[in-house]
This record gives sequence, C-alpha cells and structure tokens, in this order.
Amino acid sequence: MNPVRLTGRLALAATGGTGRIAIFAGRGLAGILPLQAGLLFRQIIQIGWLSLPVVGLTALFTGAALALQIHSGGERFQASDVVPAIVAIGMVRELGPVLGGLMVAARVASAIAAELGTMRVTEQIDALVTLSTDPLKWLVAPRLWAAVLTVPILVGVGDLVGIMGGWLVGVNALGFNSATYIANSWAYLESWDVISGLIKGAAFGFLVALSGCWFGMNAGLGAAGVGRATTNAVVVASVAILAANFILTGLFFR
Amino acid sequence: MSALISVRGARKSFGSKQVLAGLDLDLAEGESLVVIGGSGSGKSVLLRAILGLETLDSGQVLCRAKPMQGRVRDDFMDSFGMLFQNAALFDSLPIWRNVAFRLLGRMPAAKARALAIEKLDRVGLGPEVADLFPAELSGGMRKRAGLARAIAASPKVIFFDEPTTGLDPIRAATINELIRSILDESGVSAITITHDMTSVRTIADRVALLDHGQIRWQGPVARMDDAKDDYLRDFIAGRARPMARNTEPG
Ligand SMILES: Nc1ncnc2c1ncn2[C@@H]1O[C@H](COP(=O)(O)OP(=O)(O)OP(=O)(O)O)[C@@H](O)[C@H]1O
Ligand SMILES: [Mg+2]
Repeated sequence: MNPVRLTGRLALAATGGTGRIAIFAGRGLAGILPLQAGLLFRQIIQIGWLSLPVVGLTALFTGAALALQIHSGGERFQASDVVPAIVAIGMVRELGPVLGGLMVAARVASAIAAELGTMRVTEQIDALVTLSTDPLKWLVAPRLWAAVLTVPILVGVGDLVGIMGGWLVGVNALGFNSATYIANSWAYLESWDVISGLIKGAAFGFLVALSGCWFGMNAGLGAAGVGRATTNAVVVASVAILAANFILTGLFFR
Repeated sequence: MSALISVRGARKSFGSKQVLAGLDLDLAEGESLVVIGGSGSGKSVLLRAILGLETLDSGQVLCRAKPMQGRVRDDFMDSFGMLFQNAALFDSLPIWRNVAFRLLGRMPAAKARALAIEKLDRVGLGPEVADLFPAELSGGMRKRAGLARAIAASPKVIFFDEPTTGLDPIRAATINELIRSILDESGVSAITITHDMTSVRTIADRVALLDHGQIRWQGPVARMDDAKDDYLRDFIAGRARPMARNTEPG
C-alpha cells in the first residue's frame, strides 16, 4: 500500500477510534444519573479504598528515596537543607500523582478490564441488555466516577505519606531536626502545587477507569481475548497517564 | 396483522464463514416457534441478531413492522426474557439477585426475593441456592437459574436457547412442561432453540429447520412428521448422515 494512503487510513482509524472512545466516555460519565448510590459506593471501595495500601507504600518509599537523592545531590552545591522543601514540592506536584496513578493503573485498569472482559465473553453484558439495563449505566458509569472521585484522595494521602517518608529519612539518617524539617516542608509549598496534583489525580483516575472499561467492554473472544484486554488496558492507561502528565504540567506550570 | 418479529434477508458472516445467508423468518403474536438445526448452524447467532446483539451484514429485523432499533427495541426489551445457551448469570450477584434482577427496580427487595425464590422453585431449585453465587452451581443448575431469571418478570416474549441441554431426562421433561405452561398463559410468544425432539413436540406450535444459513423447512409441528424434506426426516429420527454439508453453509 502506498505511504500516503496508509497514513490516511491510519489517521482515519485513529480519529474514528478517538471519536468512538469519546462518545463512550461521555455516555459513561452521563450514565451516572439517576444516581445508583449502591453501585457507586461498591466501586469507591474497590477502586479507592483497596488501593490505599499500594499507593501509600509507593509514596512512602518514593519520598524516602527522594530525600536521600536530594540530600546527596544538594551537597554538591551546599544546598542539602532544601531537602524538605524539594521533597514536598516533588511529591505533591509530580511523583504523588504520577506514581499513584501508575499504581492504580496496574491494580485497577487490569481488574476492570478482566471483570468486564469476562462479562463480555460469557454474554453477561448481552444479558444486561436483555434485562433493559444499559451496561454503560450499570457497569461503566460507577467505575469512571469512582476513579475520578477517589484517585485525587489517594494522591492526597500519597502526598502526605511521601512527605512523611522524606521526614523519616531526614530525621533518622540525614540529621535534620524534626520540627525544622516539618516547618520547611510547608514553608515553600503553595496551595496550587497541591491542587494541581489533585487535578492530575482526577484526570489519571479517569484515564485508568476509561481504559479498563473500554478494553473490557470490547474484549475479544475467550480467555485469550480477556488476557489481551487486560494487558492493553494497563499499557494504554500507563502511557496515557505519562502523556497526560506532561500535557497538564505544561498547562499548569508554564 | 404484522408479525411480532420478522427477519428479512438476514446475512451475517464471521470472516469468510457465512452463518446467515439471506434468512427470512416470522414470529406471530402469541406463537411458539421452535428452531432446530445442526450444531453450529447459526441458531444462537440468529437469536442474537434479532436482539441487535449481533449486527447483520445486511437484511433487517422488524418488530411489529418497525425496525428493531432505538425505542422500538427498548419497548420490546421491557417485556422480554431470555435464557442464554450458557445461562450468562451475573457472577457478582447471588442467584436470587440474578433471578430478581428486573424485579428489584420495581418492588421492595424482600418482595423481589420472595418472588425469586418462588421462580427458583418452579425450575426445581430449592431456597438454599438463593444465596449461592453462580460459580457454586452445577451447569444444569445454572441453566435452570437462568430460566428462572428469564421468566421472573412475566415477559410477553421469551427466547430460550437450549433450555433442556445438560439436564437429566426427568428435569428436562419438567422444564418442557414448565415452558409449555408459561406459553399457555395468554399472549406469550416464544422462540426456542433445541436439539431435543421431546421439547419440540411439547413446546412448538411451529417448527423451523435452519440449514446453510437459511430456513430449510418450516411448518406446524403436526406436519413435521410427514414432511418430505429428507434432512428434516433424518433430524427427527436422529439418523447419521454425511456432515460435510454442515461445514460450508451458503
Ligand atoms: N463471535 C463469533 N465470531 C466468530 N464466529 C462465530 C461467532 N459467533 C458464532 N460464530 C460461528 O457461527 C456459527 C454459528 O454459531 P451458533 O452459536 O449460532 O451455532 P448454533 O446453531 O447455536 O450451534 P449449537 O447448537 O451448537 O449451539 C458457528 O460456526 C460459530 O463458529
Ligand atoms: Mg447455540
């Protein structure tokens, strides 16, 4: 096939696909009304609450490692006392949302894709339709909203735990005074640093749930189809998070 | 009067394999149609296509002379029930919530549960299965729970995809009687797929034989036995015949 035609085909496929995903996402978000609180609550537990341990541990170790890095790096230009401020800003603006988002992608995008994919291949989604129930309302909407609502909270918790990880290392290994460390963490932090990170969290949560739902609902046949859906959901969610992070950072801090 | 469901010139291929080859079929209001045909001949695909779960390559499905889409399809679904070939119970819900799925939006949970347990009883499942999950049931039990779900909200149109497959002969006979009694209630229309000739004779008003992606023979169940069609005769008698014809429809 000639390259021009191939490019055209690819572009058409990409825009067509994007259009379909956008419609899917829009209908999924709109499908939350009328609110079925039970369904939403269940997903908030599944997506938010059960992700707390993994997000917390990730943040703890990241904050701790960051403190070590900044300290040894900062020593080169006699600036090792910036550790608390840099750890706080780095966690809150960047590492909290991105690593939290990636961990949620690993845990949640895969789980959603596997569950919905299995429902697809065992005709449970078709059965929903024959019971006058819109799968977008029943399955997709609660997952999208639960992720959008809970991932910012996870990010907030991750921010705190990460700063605490830095503090633990700072106080116990780097010789910081505990009160000074805490004071310096807050001193240079602006509210927009935190809020921008939480907005990123909401966006990443949306991407994770959307990826899981999209690949799950469109899973191919059999166990292999579900496997492929799961892999694709995690890969696409992770790449989308990193790309969206770049774009949002550019929008927020340029 | 126009038929409840009309399929017109339905074509459907998967890759190079043509499953429906310009198929025409009608279901009259209040009628019980049984579709028979070789394994893999496209019976389940036909039901899915009627419901819009499978998009046709060409041809159309009409519901009372209107295309089965949008509001027409939504209205149709509101008084519809389906038993899927593999039951398709919701894994994440206990059996009673599966059976009561449609009822739960319409009445208090306690009442829906009581009704679900009553429907389970009609398909020979005791109240002890109500709180089990689908994965904890045998294949035949799942099938019967799926049947209970299909009939729970007293639908006006029901599709049964192999209701007795995987059941012991006594259970199968009970289910046939149950389906017959549901169909005798006024105004219920049904399409049943089965390989079980006892089912055919118990349930059917009219029989259609699917072959090569088309309806090869159809007529009242009473005329089935003196039909001239030799494939149908072999089918009824359960006689072996060369199967090559069944691998390349159309
Ligand atoms: N999603 C699909 N993708 C590819 N091929 C399919 C798909 N669904 C069905 N087929 C093919 O269509 C044909 C008809 O399938 P269908 O399930 O309708 O058979 P059936 O008549 O119900 O058979 P059985 O009596 O064994 O249930 C089969 O050859 C099957 O391989
Ligand atoms: Mg079948």
